[in-house]
Amino acid sequence: MTRQQVLDLYFLDARHKLIEIAAFLDRVDRGSGEADFRLDAFREAMKHLADGEPKRAETILMALSDPTREPIGIAPGKGAIGAWPGRS
Amino acid sequence: MRYIEPHAHMVSRVTDDYVAMVTSGCAAVCEPAFWAGFDRSSVQGFHDYFCQLTEYEPKRAARFGLPHFCWLCLNPKESEDAAFAKDVLAIVPQFLDRPTVLGIGEIGLNKNSRNELKVLEWHVDFAARHDQLILVHTPHLEDKFKGTRLTLDVLRADSRIRPERVIIDHVEEHTVKMVLDAGFWAGMTLYPETKCTPARAVDILDGYGQERLWLNSACDWGVSIPLNVPRTALEMRRRGWSAEAVDRVIYQNPVRFLSQSPRFRVE
Ligand SMILES: [Zn+2]
Repeated sequence: MTRQQVLDLYFLDARHKLIEIAAFLDRVDRGSGEADFRLDAFREAMKHLADGEPKRAETILMALSDPTREPIGIAPGKGAIGAWPGRS
Repeated sequence: MRYIEPHAHMVSRVTDDYVAMVTSGCAAVCEPAFWAGFDRSSVQGFHDYFCQLTEYEPKRAARFGLPHFCWLCLNPKESEDAAFAKDVLAIVPQFLDRPTVLGIGEIGLNKNSRNELKVLEWHVDFAARHDQLILVHTPHLEDKFKGTRLTLDVLRADSRIRPERVIIDHVEEHTVKMVLDAGFWAGMTLYPETKCTPARAVDILDGYGQERLWLNSACDWGVSIPLNVPRTALEMRRRGWSAEAVDRVIYQNPVRFLSQSPRFRVE
């Protein structure tokens, strides 16, 4: 696809998601109380959007991943939350 | 258009989903054994579930003209209790010879714990001893990268395992390369919020080739879209893919992998 074709197909969709992220960050700012490591992880990951490097999707997924190698002792529950607390 | 849905939890879906899938071109559906959303309290609970997968659900699908196949195992969300897992694995041989069973799955890791890893090793050993195909689930979100690496370590450590007979599911941009480089098949799951979207799945197909990849909706009792494979076909067409190229990914690829089981047949 040409860049023009990519823009024609995806610009409005990406614009919509960008504004959703902006509105999410505003909403968090307006909230009361403390945030947690997820917000730090989100802000860190977001930096890769503007760093001009290729493979941004992969880099952002890695920024939100547990990079360690050792299995953990006991599963604390069943769910995942989307960011790794060990990074902050 | 024709397609295979190689990963769907139809016991959680309504009959309207069968109608929608068949009228969208679905030619066969495959159902891996999965967590029910709550822990089963006994081995008998698994026995009943395996009966549902091998007896009742194929009959329900047949009412809509859809061939239904399944994979059996104890899923990673219930494998923290290793002793219980061992008891469940002990009843699986009773079901292995049933006519729609394709192999062992979806096995794997969830939180990447020691017991999950041990139970994964038992399943891999079990599949090797019974010469079964393997379908692997990889963990969610922050646990996926680590879990995929640990899973590959387990599979590569067992010399009886042939990578072309194993599909590692739910890959994303950060895990697809290590899976394909190791010679395994990779599955992309099309979810509305987590895993891959149709657009990202097509990006991955563009970037990593289309030889050993398949697409699935993994629809279950949670937020999921049973028609996400044909919707991704639409995404490919919007990007200029030919009908033949689309068919290769959504029909021919899963048929090629699944036909390694003599039980898998599509018209
Ligand atoms: Zn599944």
